[in-house]
Amino acid sequence: MTEPPHDTFPVLERSGAPRPWRHRQGLVQLGLLALTLLAPLLAHLLGEAYYVNLATRIVLVAMAGVGLNLALGYGGMISFGHAAYFGVGGYAAGISAYHAFDGSLLMGLPGSDDMLVIWLVALLACGLLALVIGAVSLRTGGVYFIMITLAFAQMVYYFANSWPSYGGQDGLPIYLRNGLPMVDSQDPLSFFLICFALLLLAMAITSRLMASRFGAALTMARLNETRLATAGISPYPIRLTAFVISAMITGLAGALYADLNGFVSPAMLSWHMSGELMVIVILGGVGRLYGPLAGAIVYVLMETLLGGLTEYWQFFLGLVLLGVVLFARQGVIGWLAGGEPHG
Amino acid sequence: MGEVVLSIEGLHKRFGALEATRDVSLDLRAGEIHALIGPNGAGKSTLIAQIAGSLRPDEGRIHLAERDITGLGVAARARLGLGRSFQVSSLAEPLSALRNVMIGAQARAGHSFRFWTPVARDARLVTPARKALERVHLGHRADTPVAALSHGERRQVEVACALVLEPRALLLDEPMAGLGPEGSARLTELLETLKREVPILLIEHDMDAVFRLADRLSVLVDGSVLAHGDSDAIRRDPRVREAYLGD
Repeated sequence: MTEPPHDTFPVLERSGAPRPWRHRQGLVQLGLLALTLLAPLLAHLLGEAYYVNLATRIVLVAMAGVGLNLALGYGGMISFGHAAYFGVGGYAAGISAYHAFDGSLLMGLPGSDDMLVIWLVALLACGLLALVIGAVSLRTGGVYFIMITLAFAQMVYYFANSWPSYGGQDGLPIYLRNGLPMVDSQDPLSFFLICFALLLLAMAITSRLMASRFGAALTMARLNETRLATAGISPYPIRLTAFVISAMITGLAGALYADLNGFVSPAMLSWHMSGELMVIVILGGVGRLYGPLAGAIVYVLMETLLGGLTEYWQFFLGLVLLGVVLFARQGVIGWLAGGEPHG
Repeated sequence: MGEVVLSIEGLHKRFGALEATRDVSLDLRAGEIHALIGPNGAGKSTLIAQIAGSLRPDEGRIHLAERDITGLGVAARARLGLGRSFQVSSLAEPLSALRNVMIGAQARAGHSFRFWTPVARDARLVTPARKALERVHLGHRADTPVAALSHGERRQVEVACALVLEPRALLLDEPMAGLGPEGSARLTELLETLKREVPILLIEHDMDAVFRLADRLSVLVDGSVLAHGDSDAIRRDPRVREAYLGD
Protein backbone atom coordinates (compact mmCIF):
# COMPACT_ATOMS: atom_id res chain seq x y z
CA MET A 1 0.00 0.00 0.00
CA THR A 2 1.48 3.35 -0.94
CA GLU A 3 1.35 6.05 1.67
CA PRO A 4 -0.16 9.25 0.33
CA PRO A 5 2.16 12.25 0.53
CA HIS A 6 1.89 14.12 3.76
CA ASP A 7 2.62 17.79 4.07
CA THR A 8 4.69 18.78 7.02
CA PHE A 9 3.15 22.24 7.13
CA PRO A 10 -0.53 21.67 7.82
CA VAL A 11 -1.67 24.96 6.31
CA LEU A 12 -0.24 24.04 2.92
CA GLU A 13 -2.79 22.75 0.49
CA ARG A 14 -2.58 19.11 -0.45
CA SER A 15 -3.17 18.35 -4.07
CA GLY A 16 -3.16 15.43 -6.42
CA ALA A 17 -0.88 17.28 -8.81
CA PRO A 18 2.44 15.75 -9.87
CA ARG A 19 5.48 16.58 -7.78
CA PRO A 20 6.94 19.62 -9.60
CA TRP A 21 3.55 21.29 -9.50
CA ARG A 22 3.12 20.53 -5.84
CA HIS A 23 6.53 22.02 -5.24
CA ARG A 24 5.61 25.13 -7.14
CA GLN A 25 2.31 25.35 -5.33
CA GLY A 26 4.10 25.22 -1.98
CA LEU A 27 6.37 28.07 -3.08
CA VAL A 28 3.47 30.20 -4.27
CA GLN A 29 1.62 29.62 -1.02
CA LEU A 30 4.64 30.50 1.10
CA GLY A 31 5.22 33.53 -1.10
CA LEU A 32 1.66 34.77 -0.57
CA LEU A 33 1.95 34.36 3.19
CA ALA A 34 5.36 36.06 3.28
CA LEU A 35 4.10 38.97 1.18
CA THR A 36 1.04 39.39 3.39
CA LEU A 37 3.16 39.35 6.54
CA LEU A 38 6.26 41.26 5.42
CA ALA A 39 4.63 44.15 3.55
CA PRO A 40 2.90 45.56 6.65
CA LEU A 41 6.03 44.95 8.75
CA LEU A 42 7.98 47.05 6.29
CA ALA A 43 5.25 49.69 6.24
CA HIS A 44 5.37 49.77 10.04
CA LEU A 45 9.13 50.32 10.03
CA LEU A 46 8.66 53.16 7.56
CA GLY A 47 5.97 54.61 9.82
CA GLU A 48 3.22 54.18 7.19
CA ALA A 49 0.24 53.17 9.33
CA TYR A 50 -2.05 53.57 6.29
CA TYR A 51 -0.43 50.63 4.54
CA VAL A 52 -0.52 48.51 7.69
CA ASN A 53 -4.27 49.10 7.83
CA LEU A 54 -4.54 48.33 4.13
CA ALA A 55 -2.86 44.96 4.74
CA THR A 56 -5.28 44.35 7.62
CA ARG A 57 -8.16 45.06 5.26
CA ILE A 58 -6.75 42.52 2.80
CA VAL A 59 -6.40 39.93 5.55
CA LEU A 60 -9.96 40.47 6.79
CA VAL A 61 -11.70 40.28 3.43
CA ALA A 62 -9.53 37.22 2.75
CA MET A 63 -10.81 35.67 5.97
CA ALA A 64 -14.40 36.47 5.01
CA GLY A 65 -13.58 34.82 1.67
CA VAL A 66 -12.15 31.75 3.42
CA GLY A 67 -15.53 31.42 5.12
CA LEU A 68 -17.48 31.85 1.88
CA ASN A 69 -15.10 29.48 0.07
CA LEU A 70 -16.06 26.65 2.41
CA ALA A 71 -19.68 26.95 1.28
CA LEU A 72 -19.19 28.12 -2.31
CA GLY A 73 -15.95 26.38 -3.27
CA TYR A 74 -15.73 23.19 -1.26
CA GLY A 75 -19.46 22.67 -0.70
CA GLY A 76 -20.78 23.91 -4.06
CA MET A 77 -23.35 26.07 -2.25
CA ILE A 78 -23.41 29.35 -4.15
CA SER A 79 -24.40 31.73 -1.37
CA PHE A 80 -25.17 35.25 -2.54
CA GLY A 81 -25.89 36.30 1.02
CA HIS A 82 -22.69 36.03 2.99
CA ALA A 83 -22.75 39.76 3.67
CA ALA A 84 -25.42 38.89 6.24
CA TYR A 85 -22.83 37.09 8.35
CA PHE A 86 -20.09 39.62 7.65
CA GLY A 87 -22.41 42.41 8.76
CA VAL A 88 -23.91 40.59 11.74
CA GLY A 89 -20.36 39.93 12.94
CA GLY A 90 -19.69 43.64 12.49
CA TYR A 91 -22.82 44.62 14.39
CA ALA A 92 -21.88 42.18 17.18
CA ALA A 93 -18.70 44.21 17.66
CA GLY A 94 -20.48 47.55 17.25
CA ILE A 95 -23.47 46.86 19.51
CA SER A 96 -21.35 45.26 22.21
CA ALA A 97 -18.95 48.21 22.23
CA TYR A 98 -21.90 50.64 22.22
CA HIS A 99 -23.33 49.14 25.40
CA ALA A 100 -19.92 48.86 27.03
CA PHE A 101 -19.34 52.56 26.23
CA ASP A 102 -22.51 53.92 27.83
CA GLY A 103 -22.87 51.18 30.45
CA SER A 104 -26.40 50.22 29.39
CA LEU A 105 -27.75 46.71 29.25
CA LEU A 106 -28.81 44.66 26.25
CA MET A 107 -31.53 42.17 27.19
CA GLY A 108 -30.22 42.22 30.76
CA LEU A 109 -26.62 41.66 29.70
CA PRO A 110 -23.85 44.24 29.87
CA GLY A 111 -21.87 45.15 26.74
CA SER A 112 -18.24 44.28 26.42
CA ASP A 113 -15.23 45.83 24.75
CA ASP A 114 -13.23 42.64 25.10
CA MET A 115 -12.57 41.12 21.67
CA LEU A 116 -12.71 37.57 23.00
CA VAL A 117 -16.26 38.11 24.21
CA ILE A 118 -17.20 39.89 20.99
CA TRP A 119 -15.76 37.12 18.82
CA LEU A 120 -17.73 34.54 20.78
CA VAL A 121 -20.93 36.57 20.36
CA ALA A 122 -20.23 37.06 16.65
CA LEU A 123 -19.56 33.35 16.13
CA LEU A 124 -22.71 32.32 17.99
CA ALA A 125 -24.94 34.91 16.33
CA CYS A 126 -23.71 34.05 12.83
CA GLY A 127 -23.87 30.32 13.49
CA LEU A 128 -27.45 30.59 14.67
CA LEU A 129 -28.48 32.85 11.79
CA ALA A 130 -26.85 30.52 9.27
CA LEU A 131 -28.54 27.53 10.85
CA VAL A 132 -31.95 29.11 10.22
CA ILE A 133 -31.14 30.52 6.77
CA GLY A 134 -29.30 27.37 5.70
CA ALA A 135 -32.02 25.03 6.97
CA VAL A 136 -34.52 26.75 4.66
CA SER A 137 -32.24 27.59 1.73
CA LEU A 138 -30.66 24.14 1.43
CA ARG A 139 -34.10 22.69 0.70
CA THR A 140 -33.66 24.32 -2.68
CA GLY A 141 -30.84 24.12 -5.19
CA GLY A 142 -29.26 25.84 -8.15
CA VAL A 143 -30.41 29.34 -8.95
CA TYR A 144 -33.12 29.19 -6.27
CA PHE A 145 -30.46 28.72 -3.63
CA ILE A 146 -28.63 31.82 -4.89
CA MET A 147 -31.83 33.86 -4.83
CA ILE A 148 -33.06 32.68 -1.44
CA THR A 149 -29.73 33.37 0.27
CA LEU A 150 -29.80 36.83 -1.31
CA ALA A 151 -33.34 37.38 -0.10
CA PHE A 152 -32.48 36.45 3.48
CA ALA A 153 -29.45 38.74 3.46
CA GLN A 154 -31.55 41.62 2.14
CA MET A 155 -34.02 41.05 4.98
CA VAL A 156 -31.20 41.45 7.47
CA TYR A 157 -29.98 44.52 5.56
CA TYR A 158 -33.35 46.28 5.63
CA PHE A 159 -33.80 45.37 9.26
CA ALA A 160 -30.49 47.03 10.22
CA ASN A 161 -31.28 49.95 7.92
CA SER A 162 -34.53 50.76 9.67
CA TRP A 163 -33.67 49.98 13.27
CA PRO A 164 -32.97 53.37 14.86
CA SER A 165 -31.47 52.10 18.15
CA TYR A 166 -28.17 51.32 16.49
CA GLY A 167 -27.88 54.14 14.03
CA GLY A 168 -30.18 52.80 11.31
CA GLN A 169 -28.86 53.69 7.90
CA ASP A 170 -26.22 56.00 9.40
CA GLY A 171 -24.44 53.08 11.02
CA LEU A 172 -22.85 52.78 14.40
CA PRO A 173 -19.44 54.15 15.33
CA ILE A 174 -17.01 52.25 17.56
CA TYR A 175 -15.26 55.11 19.37
CA LEU A 176 -12.41 53.09 20.75
CA ARG A 177 -11.23 49.86 19.17
CA ASN A 178 -12.17 46.87 21.29
CA GLY A 179 -9.36 45.36 23.29
CA LEU A 180 -7.65 42.06 23.74
CA PRO A 181 -5.96 41.06 27.00
CA MET A 182 -2.19 41.73 26.99
CA VAL A 183 -2.20 43.13 23.45
CA ASP A 184 -2.36 46.77 22.42
CA SER A 185 -5.09 46.48 19.82
CA GLN A 186 -4.93 50.23 19.11
CA ASP A 187 -1.54 49.71 17.52
CA PRO A 188 -2.09 49.05 13.80
CA LEU A 189 0.64 46.43 13.57
CA SER A 190 -0.58 44.51 16.65
CA PHE A 191 -4.10 44.57 15.26
CA PHE A 192 -2.79 43.35 11.92
CA LEU A 193 -1.00 40.46 13.62
CA ILE A 194 -4.17 39.47 15.49
CA CYS A 195 -6.08 39.38 12.19
CA PHE A 196 -3.27 37.57 10.37
CA ALA A 197 -3.11 34.89 13.07
CA LEU A 198 -6.87 34.37 12.85
CA LEU A 199 -6.70 34.15 9.05
CA LEU A 200 -4.07 31.41 9.35
CA LEU A 201 -6.24 29.66 11.91
CA ALA A 202 -9.28 29.82 9.62
CA MET A 203 -7.21 28.40 6.74
CA ALA A 204 -5.72 25.66 8.92
CA ILE A 205 -9.20 24.69 10.09
CA THR A 206 -10.47 24.62 6.50
CA SER A 207 -7.53 22.48 5.40
CA ARG A 208 -7.95 20.03 8.26
CA LEU A 209 -11.71 19.94 7.85
CA MET A 210 -11.51 19.16 4.16
CA ALA A 211 -9.10 16.27 4.75
CA SER A 212 -11.42 14.72 7.36
CA ARG A 213 -14.41 12.41 6.97
CA PHE A 214 -16.63 15.45 7.08
CA GLY A 215 -14.64 17.01 4.25
CA ALA A 216 -14.81 13.82 2.20
CA ALA A 217 -18.59 13.81 2.61
CA LEU A 218 -18.86 17.52 1.73
CA THR A 219 -16.71 17.02 -1.37
CA MET A 220 -18.93 14.15 -2.46
CA ALA A 221 -22.05 16.24 -1.77
CA ARG A 222 -20.67 18.78 -4.25
CA LEU A 223 -19.42 16.31 -6.88
CA ASN A 224 -22.14 13.68 -6.79
CA GLU A 225 -24.99 13.90 -4.34
CA THR A 226 -26.48 10.60 -5.50
CA ARG A 227 -23.25 8.75 -4.77
CA LEU A 228 -23.15 10.21 -1.26
CA ALA A 229 -26.73 9.15 -0.49
CA THR A 230 -26.15 5.71 -2.00
CA ALA A 231 -23.15 5.35 0.29
CA GLY A 232 -25.51 5.86 3.24
CA ILE A 233 -24.76 9.50 4.06
CA SER A 234 -27.53 12.10 3.83
CA PRO A 235 -26.21 15.21 2.03
CA TYR A 236 -28.45 17.75 3.79
CA PRO A 237 -26.98 17.70 7.33
CA ILE A 238 -23.45 17.66 5.90
CA ARG A 239 -24.17 20.74 3.78
CA LEU A 240 -25.96 22.54 6.59
CA THR A 241 -23.03 22.01 8.96
CA ALA A 242 -20.57 23.32 6.38
CA PHE A 243 -22.82 26.31 5.72
CA VAL A 244 -22.90 27.16 9.44
CA ILE A 245 -19.11 26.87 9.85
CA SER A 246 -18.68 28.96 6.71
CA ALA A 247 -20.93 31.71 8.11
CA MET A 248 -19.11 31.70 11.44
CA ILE A 249 -15.72 32.29 9.81
CA THR A 250 -17.15 35.13 7.69
CA GLY A 251 -18.85 36.56 10.79
CA LEU A 252 -15.61 36.59 12.77
CA ALA A 253 -13.95 38.45 9.91
CA GLY A 254 -16.85 40.92 10.03
CA ALA A 255 -16.37 41.60 13.74
CA LEU A 256 -12.70 42.42 13.15
CA TYR A 257 -13.56 44.48 10.06
CA ALA A 258 -15.84 46.72 12.13
CA ASP A 259 -13.02 47.16 14.63
CA LEU A 260 -10.60 48.02 11.84
CA ASN A 261 -12.85 50.77 10.50
CA GLY A 262 -14.17 51.85 13.91
CA PHE A 263 -17.55 51.81 12.26
CA VAL A 264 -20.28 49.42 11.22
CA SER A 265 -23.15 50.28 8.89
CA PRO A 266 -25.77 48.48 6.81
CA ALA A 267 -23.31 48.67 3.89
CA MET A 268 -21.54 45.66 5.42
CA LEU A 269 -24.83 43.77 5.03
CA SER A 270 -25.68 44.87 1.51
CA TRP A 271 -25.71 42.65 -1.54
CA HIS A 272 -22.74 44.61 -2.88
CA MET A 273 -20.73 43.15 -0.04
CA SER A 274 -21.98 39.62 -0.84
CA GLY A 275 -20.94 40.19 -4.43
CA GLU A 276 -17.55 41.53 -3.40
CA LEU A 277 -16.88 38.40 -1.36
CA MET A 278 -17.95 36.19 -4.27
CA VAL A 279 -15.68 38.13 -6.63
CA ILE A 280 -12.76 37.67 -4.23
CA VAL A 281 -13.31 33.91 -4.03
CA ILE A 282 -13.79 33.49 -7.79
CA LEU A 283 -10.87 35.78 -8.62
CA GLY A 284 -8.56 33.90 -6.27
CA GLY A 285 -9.65 30.38 -7.15
CA VAL A 286 -12.84 28.58 -6.17
CA GLY A 287 -12.28 25.72 -3.75
CA ARG A 288 -8.59 26.49 -3.33
CA LEU A 289 -7.24 26.99 0.16
CA TYR A 290 -5.17 30.05 -0.80
CA GLY A 291 -7.72 31.35 -3.30
CA PRO A 292 -9.40 33.89 -1.00
CA LEU A 293 -6.05 35.36 0.07
CA ALA A 294 -4.86 35.70 -3.53
CA GLY A 295 -8.24 37.13 -4.52
CA ALA A 296 -8.26 39.60 -1.64
CA ILE A 297 -4.76 40.85 -2.48
CA VAL A 298 -5.67 41.43 -6.13
CA TYR A 299 -9.06 42.95 -5.31
CA VAL A 300 -7.96 45.35 -2.59
CA LEU A 301 -4.84 46.43 -4.46
CA MET A 302 -6.84 47.10 -7.62
CA GLU A 303 -9.41 49.01 -5.63
CA THR A 304 -6.70 51.10 -3.96
CA LEU A 305 -4.33 51.66 -6.87
CA LEU A 306 -6.81 51.96 -9.75
CA GLY A 307 -9.45 53.50 -7.50
CA GLY A 308 -6.99 56.35 -6.89
CA LEU A 309 -6.66 56.93 -10.61
CA THR A 310 -10.20 56.55 -11.83
CA GLU A 311 -13.70 56.25 -10.45
CA TYR A 312 -14.31 53.52 -12.97
CA TRP A 313 -11.80 51.07 -11.51
CA GLN A 314 -14.49 48.40 -11.35
CA PHE A 315 -14.51 48.40 -15.13
CA PHE A 316 -10.98 47.02 -15.00
CA LEU A 317 -11.95 44.63 -12.22
CA GLY A 318 -14.67 43.39 -14.56
CA LEU A 319 -12.10 42.81 -17.29
CA VAL A 320 -9.86 40.86 -14.92
CA LEU A 321 -12.81 38.81 -13.69
CA LEU A 322 -13.83 38.11 -17.27
CA GLY A 323 -10.30 36.92 -17.99
CA VAL A 324 -10.34 34.64 -14.97
CA VAL A 325 -13.69 33.13 -15.83
CA LEU A 326 -12.76 32.61 -19.48
CA PHE A 327 -9.10 31.61 -19.28
CA ALA A 328 -8.16 30.70 -15.72
CA ARG A 329 -11.07 28.86 -14.16
CA GLN A 330 -9.01 28.08 -11.10
CA GLY A 331 -8.39 31.74 -10.49
CA VAL A 332 -5.20 33.59 -9.68
CA ILE A 333 -3.97 30.72 -7.50
CA GLY A 334 -4.54 28.17 -10.25
CA TRP A 335 -2.75 30.44 -12.70
CA LEU A 336 0.23 30.90 -10.38
CA ALA A 337 0.44 27.48 -8.79
CA GLY A 338 -1.34 25.17 -11.24
CA GLY A 339 -2.61 21.85 -9.98
CA GLU A 340 -6.07 20.64 -9.27
CA PRO A 341 -8.45 22.17 -6.77
CA HIS A 342 -8.78 20.44 -3.45
CA GLY A 343 -10.72 17.16 -3.68
CA MET B 1 -34.35 -21.87 -0.53
CA GLY B 2 -32.99 -19.27 1.90
CA GLU B 3 -34.91 -16.86 4.02
CA VAL B 4 -36.43 -13.72 2.52
CA VAL B 5 -34.03 -10.77 2.70
CA LEU B 6 -35.86 -8.22 0.61
CA SER B 7 -39.57 -8.34 0.00
CA ILE B 8 -41.76 -6.12 -2.11
CA GLU B 9 -45.52 -6.38 -1.72
CA GLY B 10 -48.22 -4.87 -3.86
CA LEU B 11 -46.25 -1.90 -5.18
CA HIS B 12 -48.14 0.69 -7.22
CA LYS B 13 -46.83 3.86 -8.81
CA ARG B 14 -48.76 6.18 -11.08
CA PHE B 15 -47.58 9.20 -13.03
CA GLY B 16 -50.84 10.88 -14.00
CA ALA B 17 -52.67 8.46 -16.24
CA LEU B 18 -49.62 6.22 -16.67
CA GLU B 19 -49.42 3.33 -14.27
CA ALA B 20 -45.68 2.64 -14.23
CA THR B 21 -45.82 0.00 -11.52
CA ARG B 22 -48.89 -2.20 -11.14
CA ASP B 23 -49.20 -4.43 -8.15
CA VAL B 24 -45.64 -5.71 -8.22
CA SER B 25 -44.69 -8.25 -5.59
CA LEU B 26 -41.41 -10.09 -5.51
CA ASP B 27 -38.84 -11.21 -3.02
CA LEU B 28 -35.14 -11.82 -2.80
CA ARG B 29 -33.86 -14.75 -0.75
CA ALA B 30 -30.52 -15.44 0.84
CA GLY B 31 -28.05 -17.10 -1.53
CA GLU B 32 -29.81 -16.31 -4.80
CA ILE B 33 -29.66 -14.08 -7.79
CA HIS B 34 -33.11 -12.91 -8.76
CA ALA B 35 -33.11 -11.38 -12.22
CA LEU B 36 -35.60 -8.76 -13.29
CA ILE B 37 -35.99 -8.58 -17.04
CA GLY B 38 -38.37 -6.84 -19.38
CA PRO B 39 -38.49 -4.77 -22.55
CA ASN B 40 -37.65 -1.07 -22.55
CA GLY B 41 -40.41 0.94 -20.95
CA ALA B 42 -41.58 -1.99 -18.86
CA GLY B 43 -41.05 0.05 -15.71
CA LYS B 44 -37.81 -1.52 -14.47
CA SER B 45 -36.19 1.80 -13.64
CA THR B 46 -39.27 3.07 -11.82
CA LEU B 47 -39.37 -0.13 -9.79
CA ILE B 48 -35.65 0.09 -8.93
CA ALA B 49 -36.07 3.73 -7.89
CA GLN B 50 -38.82 2.71 -5.49
CA ILE B 51 -36.77 -0.11 -4.01
CA ALA B 52 -33.70 2.12 -3.63
CA GLY B 53 -35.75 4.89 -2.05
CA SER B 54 -35.44 7.73 -4.56
CA LEU B 55 -39.12 7.39 -5.50
CA ARG B 56 -42.03 6.82 -3.10
CA PRO B 57 -44.58 4.18 -4.13
CA ASP B 58 -48.26 5.17 -4.06
CA GLU B 59 -49.17 1.85 -2.47
CA GLY B 60 -47.41 -1.22 -1.19
CA ARG B 61 -44.65 -2.04 1.25
CA ILE B 62 -40.97 -2.85 1.05
CA HIS B 63 -39.18 -4.83 3.75
CA LEU B 64 -35.45 -5.33 4.17
CA ALA B 65 -34.53 -8.10 6.60
CA GLU B 66 -38.07 -7.92 8.03
CA ARG B 67 -37.82 -4.21 8.63
CA ASP B 68 -40.31 -1.91 6.89
CA ILE B 69 -38.22 0.54 4.86
CA THR B 70 -41.06 1.97 2.73
CA GLY B 71 -40.85 5.39 4.39
CA LEU B 72 -37.05 5.67 4.45
CA GLY B 73 -34.85 7.70 2.12
CA VAL B 74 -31.92 6.54 -0.01
CA ALA B 75 -29.23 7.12 2.62
CA ALA B 76 -31.15 5.40 5.41
CA ARG B 77 -31.79 2.36 3.22
CA ALA B 78 -28.11 2.19 2.32
CA ARG B 79 -27.18 2.30 6.00
CA LEU B 80 -29.54 -0.61 6.65
CA GLY B 81 -27.68 -2.62 4.05
CA LEU B 82 -29.15 -1.99 0.63
CA GLY B 83 -26.30 -1.67 -1.86
CA ARG B 84 -26.92 -0.56 -5.42
CA SER B 85 -25.20 0.19 -8.68
CA PHE B 86 -26.56 2.49 -11.34
CA GLN B 87 -27.40 1.88 -14.96
CA VAL B 88 -25.34 4.96 -15.86
CA SER B 89 -22.27 5.22 -13.65
CA SER B 90 -22.77 7.70 -10.85
CA LEU B 91 -19.32 8.47 -9.51
CA ALA B 92 -17.27 11.55 -8.61
CA GLU B 93 -15.05 11.83 -11.68
CA PRO B 94 -12.24 14.06 -10.34
CA LEU B 95 -11.68 11.71 -7.39
CA SER B 96 -9.70 8.48 -7.49
CA ALA B 97 -11.49 5.15 -7.62
CA LEU B 98 -10.34 4.58 -4.05
CA ARG B 99 -11.90 7.83 -2.83
CA ASN B 100 -15.19 6.94 -4.47
CA VAL B 101 -15.28 3.59 -2.71
CA MET B 102 -14.02 5.05 0.59
CA ILE B 103 -17.12 7.20 0.95
CA GLY B 104 -19.11 3.98 1.28
CA ALA B 105 -16.71 2.64 3.91
CA GLN B 106 -17.20 5.92 5.76
CA ALA B 107 -20.88 5.35 6.49
CA ARG B 108 -20.08 1.78 7.64
CA ALA B 109 -17.41 3.12 10.00
CA GLY B 110 -19.82 5.46 11.80
CA HIS B 111 -21.12 8.97 11.28
CA SER B 112 -19.43 11.56 9.09
CA PHE B 113 -19.29 14.36 11.63
CA ARG B 114 -15.61 13.80 12.31
CA PHE B 115 -13.80 17.00 11.56
CA TRP B 116 -10.19 16.45 12.47
CA THR B 117 -8.61 13.13 11.48
CA PRO B 118 -7.51 12.96 7.83
CA VAL B 119 -9.18 10.18 5.86
CA ALA B 120 -6.18 9.55 3.60
CA ARG B 121 -4.48 7.41 6.23
CA ASP B 122 -7.55 6.13 8.05
CA ALA B 123 -7.14 2.35 7.84
CA ARG B 124 -10.82 1.84 8.73
CA LEU B 125 -11.70 3.47 5.42
CA VAL B 126 -8.73 2.69 3.16
CA THR B 127 -8.42 -1.02 3.92
CA PRO B 128 -12.04 -2.05 3.19
CA ALA B 129 -12.09 0.20 0.10
CA ARG B 130 -8.93 -1.40 -1.32
CA LYS B 131 -10.34 -4.86 -0.59
CA ALA B 132 -13.56 -4.03 -2.41
CA LEU B 133 -11.60 -2.78 -5.42
CA GLU B 134 -9.44 -5.90 -5.46
CA ARG B 135 -12.59 -7.97 -5.32
CA VAL B 136 -13.71 -6.44 -8.62
CA HIS B 137 -10.18 -6.86 -10.06
CA LEU B 138 -9.47 -3.16 -9.97
CA GLY B 139 -6.87 -2.99 -7.18
CA HIS B 140 -4.22 -1.74 -9.59
CA ARG B 141 -6.37 1.25 -10.60
CA ALA B 142 -7.25 2.36 -7.07
CA ASP B 143 -5.38 5.67 -7.25
CA THR B 144 -6.49 6.61 -10.77
CA PRO B 145 -9.09 9.38 -11.07
CA VAL B 146 -12.41 7.99 -12.23
CA ALA B 147 -12.31 10.43 -15.16
CA ALA B 148 -9.33 8.47 -16.53
CA LEU B 149 -10.99 5.05 -16.18
CA SER B 150 -12.62 3.23 -19.07
CA HIS B 151 -16.35 2.73 -19.20
CA GLY B 152 -15.98 -0.88 -18.07
CA GLU B 153 -13.71 0.02 -15.19
CA ARG B 154 -16.25 2.55 -13.97
CA ARG B 155 -18.85 -0.20 -13.86
CA GLN B 156 -16.47 -2.19 -11.70
CA VAL B 157 -15.95 0.77 -9.37
CA GLU B 158 -19.73 1.01 -9.04
CA VAL B 159 -19.90 -2.60 -7.93
CA ALA B 160 -17.03 -2.02 -5.47
CA CYS B 161 -18.92 0.97 -4.06
CA ALA B 162 -21.88 -1.29 -3.37
CA LEU B 163 -19.72 -4.10 -1.95
CA VAL B 164 -17.91 -1.90 0.55
CA LEU B 165 -21.24 -1.26 2.29
CA GLU B 166 -21.22 -4.96 3.29
CA PRO B 167 -24.83 -5.00 2.13
CA ARG B 168 -27.57 -7.44 3.09
CA ALA B 169 -28.97 -7.17 -0.42
CA LEU B 170 -27.57 -5.87 -3.69
CA LEU B 171 -29.48 -4.04 -6.39
CA LEU B 172 -27.48 -4.12 -9.60
CA ASP B 173 -28.90 -2.12 -12.49
CA GLU B 174 -27.39 -3.45 -15.73
CA PRO B 175 -23.90 -4.01 -14.35
CA MET B 176 -22.79 -5.67 -17.62
CA ALA B 177 -23.77 -2.76 -19.86
CA GLY B 178 -20.84 -1.83 -22.07
CA LEU B 179 -18.43 -4.26 -20.44
CA GLY B 180 -17.29 -6.27 -23.46
CA PRO B 181 -17.10 -10.08 -23.50
CA GLU B 182 -14.07 -10.45 -21.25
CA GLY B 183 -15.25 -7.97 -18.65
CA SER B 184 -18.70 -9.41 -18.56
CA ALA B 185 -17.36 -12.96 -18.18
CA ARG B 186 -15.29 -11.83 -15.20
CA LEU B 187 -18.19 -10.02 -13.61
CA THR B 188 -20.43 -13.05 -14.14
CA GLU B 189 -17.86 -15.12 -12.28
CA LEU B 190 -17.73 -12.55 -9.45
CA LEU B 191 -21.49 -12.44 -9.09
CA GLU B 192 -21.67 -16.23 -8.94
CA THR B 193 -19.40 -16.34 -5.91
CA LEU B 194 -20.83 -13.17 -4.42
CA LYS B 195 -24.40 -14.41 -4.25
CA ARG B 196 -23.47 -16.84 -1.49
CA GLU B 197 -22.66 -13.86 0.73
CA VAL B 198 -25.30 -11.44 -0.39
CA PRO B 199 -28.38 -12.00 -2.52
CA ILE B 200 -28.59 -9.95 -5.71
CA LEU B 201 -31.54 -8.41 -7.48
CA LEU B 202 -30.17 -8.14 -10.99
CA ILE B 203 -31.55 -6.02 -13.80
CA GLU B 204 -29.75 -7.04 -16.95
CA HIS B 205 -30.13 -6.97 -20.70
CA ASP B 206 -27.41 -9.52 -21.43
CA MET B 207 -29.62 -12.60 -21.70
CA ASP B 208 -26.74 -15.09 -21.74
CA ALA B 209 -25.54 -13.73 -18.42
CA VAL B 210 -29.06 -13.64 -17.02
CA PHE B 211 -29.85 -17.24 -17.89
CA ARG B 212 -26.48 -18.38 -16.60
CA LEU B 213 -26.64 -16.46 -13.33
CA ALA B 214 -30.24 -16.22 -12.26
CA ASP B 215 -31.76 -18.70 -9.87
CA ARG B 216 -35.13 -17.09 -10.42
CA LEU B 217 -36.45 -14.58 -12.91
CA SER B 218 -39.31 -12.14 -12.94
CA VAL B 219 -40.46 -10.68 -16.22
CA LEU B 220 -41.82 -7.17 -16.06
CA VAL B 221 -44.12 -5.99 -18.85
CA ASP B 222 -46.18 -2.79 -18.80
CA GLY B 223 -45.46 -2.27 -15.13
CA SER B 224 -46.61 -5.63 -13.84
CA VAL B 225 -44.99 -9.01 -13.34
CA LEU B 226 -45.93 -11.15 -16.35
CA ALA B 227 -44.14 -14.29 -15.32
CA HIS B 228 -42.08 -15.66 -12.52
CA GLY B 229 -39.90 -18.76 -12.32
CA ASP B 230 -36.53 -20.39 -12.96
CA SER B 231 -34.59 -20.04 -16.21
CA ASP B 232 -36.14 -23.02 -17.91
CA ALA B 233 -39.69 -22.06 -17.02
CA ILE B 234 -39.16 -18.52 -18.25
CA ARG B 235 -37.51 -19.67 -21.45
CA ARG B 236 -40.43 -21.92 -22.23
CA ASP B 237 -43.18 -19.53 -21.21
CA PRO B 238 -45.04 -18.57 -24.43
CA ARG B 239 -46.20 -15.20 -23.04
CA VAL B 240 -42.61 -14.24 -22.27
CA ARG B 241 -41.43 -15.32 -25.69
CA GLU B 242 -44.07 -13.21 -27.28
CA ALA B 243 -43.63 -10.15 -25.08
CA TYR B 244 -39.93 -10.06 -24.73
CA LEU B 245 -37.65 -12.72 -26.09
CA GLY B 246 -38.97 -11.90 -29.52
CA ASP B 247 -39.32 -15.29 -31.12
